[in-house]
Amino acid sequence: MNVINPRLAPGRPPAATQGLVDVDIHPRPRSLHVFDPWLSAEMRHRLHSYGLRARHGFVKGPPYFKAQPLASRRDAWTPEGGTPASDPAFTAAQHLDHYGVDIGVLNPLQPSGQGDMNNPFSAAMAHAVNEWQLAEWVARDGRLRASVVVPYEDAEASAAEIRKRAGDSRFCQVLVMSRTSHPLGNPKYWPIFEAAEEAGLPVGVHAFGYSGWPMTNGGWPSFYIEEVSEHATSCQSLVNSLVIEGVFERFRRLKVVLIECGFGWLPSVAWRLDKLWPTLKDEIPHIRRAPSEQLREQLWVSTQPIEEPPRPEQLLDCMGWIGWDRILYASDYPHWDFDDPRTAIPAFIPEAHRAAIYGGNARRLYGF
Amino acid sequence: MSLHPALPPGTVDVDLHPMVPGLDALAPFLPDFWRDQIAQRGLDGFETQSFPPGAPKTVRADWRPADGTKPASTPELLRAQVLEPWGVARGILTPLYGVQLVFNEDMAAAFTTALNDWTRAAFLDHDPRLAASIILPMFNPEHAVEEIERLAPDPRFVQAMVLVMGETPLGRRHNWPVFKALVRHGLPLAIHAGSAFRNPTTSLGWPSWYAEDYAANQQGFQSTLASLITEGVFVKFPELRVVLLESGVSWLPAFLWRLSKTWKGVRFEVPWLERSPIETVRENVRLSLTPFDAPDDGATVGRLLDHLGSDEMLLWSSDWPHWQFDGPPRLPAGVDAALARKICVDNPLACYARLGQEVTP
Amino acid sequence: MRHVVGPVAEIPPGSRRLVEAGGKRVVVFNLDGAFFALNDRCPHQGGPLHKGPVMGLVESACPGEYRYDRRGEIVRCPWHAWEFDIRTGRSRFDPRRVKTRSFPACIEKGADLQAETFPVRVEEDYVVVEL
Repeated sequence: MNVINPRLAPGRPPAATQGLVDVDIHPRPRSLHVFDPWLSAEMRHRLHSYGLRARHGFVKGPPYFKAQPLASRRDAWTPEGGTPASDPAFTAAQHLDHYGVDIGVLNPLQPSGQGDMNNPFSAAMAHAVNEWQLAEWVARDGRLRASVVVPYEDAEASAAEIRKRAGDSRFCQVLVMSRTSHPLGNPKYWPIFEAAEEAGLPVGVHAFGYSGWPMTNGGWPSFYIEEVSEHATSCQSLVNSLVIEGVFERFRRLKVVLIECGFGWLPSVAWRLDKLWPTLKDEIPHIRRAPSEQLREQLWVSTQPIEEPPRPEQLLDCMGWIGWDRILYASDYPHWDFDDPRTAIPAFIPEAHRAAIYGGNARRLYGF
Repeated sequence: MSLHPALPPGTVDVDLHPMVPGLDALAPFLPDFWRDQIAQRGLDGFETQSFPPGAPKTVRADWRPADGTKPASTPELLRAQVLEPWGVARGILTPLYGVQLVFNEDMAAAFTTALNDWTRAAFLDHDPRLAASIILPMFNPEHAVEEIERLAPDPRFVQAMVLVMGETPLGRRHNWPVFKALVRHGLPLAIHAGSAFRNPTTSLGWPSWYAEDYAANQQGFQSTLASLITEGVFVKFPELRVVLLESGVSWLPAFLWRLSKTWKGVRFEVPWLERSPIETVRENVRLSLTPFDAPDDGATVGRLLDHLGSDEMLLWSSDWPHWQFDGPPRLPAGVDAALARKICVDNPLACYARLGQEVTP
Repeated sequence: MRHVVGPVAEIPPGSRRLVEAGGKRVVVFNLDGAFFALNDRCPHQGGPLHKGPVMGLVESACPGEYRYDRRGEIVRCPWHAWEFDIRTGRSRFDPRRVKTRSFPACIEKGADLQAETFPVRVEEDYVVVEL
């Protein structure tokens, strides 16, 4: 099939001369029972009778109904009808092999128990999900790395889970969701940053989760299209919080990676904080470095969903403002807003920058 | 071309904030029952957390009167601090007294009416250069419509104003009678920074610092615009003009990229949207210039203006008496004299038809 | 070039078939007995349209009103869900500028296709695309 369009040939994009690292792959359990081996009898009972209790009303599914089943690519179900990214072999064939992914970072989303209303259950689930990543995924495919899923609403339990995984090179980062019940910079979450910094693990913040608060600061919106848009605003508040609470001042070696949060908004947020800082210094004297400088040094972003401005140079502006060494390729496989590495990272980006985005930046950040 | 062009002759300042000295100032404009409630219930003023009166950010240091008078509370202060020294030709007043925070809808309506009457009596009647916003009691859209009908006949009211963070997203259909009334009278809808405190100021809950609260307005503007667009307000009311005040500017392009991209895939959910949100916003939305959240370098500003894709969207504002800059106002580096004239004069006059109709400066 | 997709009976109404010929990859749809062929590649990021779900066309004269017809005639890309009109290949959000290529497709009698290299039976009808 390479006759009609060479770009569609399977394989690593030619510009990925420093390898292809995908920082956002979402493994999904075939069924909730896959976690049973690592749960106590009490927690197993809770999982199968009361289920996951996120901070919203529906037992099954999300409050804003997705645009397609499981928010997934329609071609990601296995030939046997298995749910997307539930089978390591099919995932390898459809994604890792097909695109020549050298290293893939696993970010398990729900059902992971993150953000559950019940903290002990969330902690038990996080532990089980981490063991499951190792046994079902990393052990079967050497290209994959796990994330330390933490019960982030209980920061002490999160720190304990991080310390348990510290030094295990099968884990490459700590994973939290963007919609926490307090803005992420709140001191309530500092034990997570402390443990991550100590373990030398970046903290990956993946868009999603349910804070329990309205999805906008003006109330609950009506539509899924708004929910998608509001992930960006939630992540903006999160960045504001990390900076203004002084997280980057207190944890100078902390690295934060925004995953699937979008990135077009980041320059404006940094500029706004820089503008505010001089007029609010009396309130936040603990901020000693310019906000934009903090973000430039300690924050990374992933590409997906890639920004699609009307003109190419606008994307170049935006990526340049963030920093070409701070942008990481992500596919979001198997979700519907998946980005194909060959077409989502446009060829008008200079080749050296593309190589960094595809692999070089992630290698340096994660030490791959 | 100067690096920072000065204000051209005829400049309109679209975002001025007179500060109510206290509830006593509203008393003459209240019905007896509500007037007596001030003393009976010990009401102590409606200043809001969005703009803490003592904070340096809320009032620029050199604009706090030395004699202890309430800042920004008289037309004399406005004349001395803005109109005269900077040669501002016209100004639009938007008081931010917290009448929109009141939960009792009858009380909210009474105090909002009094606030609008105070603005008229204390400021508009004293300087022909001034115009004002009709503050809307949005907690009850019927009350908001009544207030529009009451004040629209006075041409000095050139727009109506709501806070960016309200109780429900602004585009929701229960608010449509308000938009209908605005269109009927040719009044733009101004959306100003600030919260009615019906919801946490972030979608992640209440923040620890005022700095986060202030920063959160930027998210509020995005959410509010997303709501107006996706609910189809501009489809139903194509003539409606929306003016974002104290909103910042540089967030707009990336917000529109994301919304437009998502729309291509989930158009079926909001099938009344026939056009990309980018086009809709360029036609229907205007933004005040201050605070201009961009670096002080002409090249970056030039790129940002390119991202905005229109030189008709920006309207100059001082945001008096909020502390956004020191000394005299400067337009951003990279704005040339022709664009400065559009931002300061042509764009506001095109946006506010009523400014041209009434008193000539 | 002409390419014989297969017997009409094998592609019943509402179904589709992916064909590869002459270096092209095309998906052929049967809409109530009429056949339409589209390039299998979404113009956005190249998603395989033959894996996409079909739905009707929803339009609205006014917010809150939903006019839904032409069920089964709109294919959505399996990735980012862009809608394409199966009859024309045009996208719904920008029909003028964003489209996937459409190829002529028709039904021909086996008897008339005897000269083709594709083995056909005289008594059957076949779907043919012009690539």
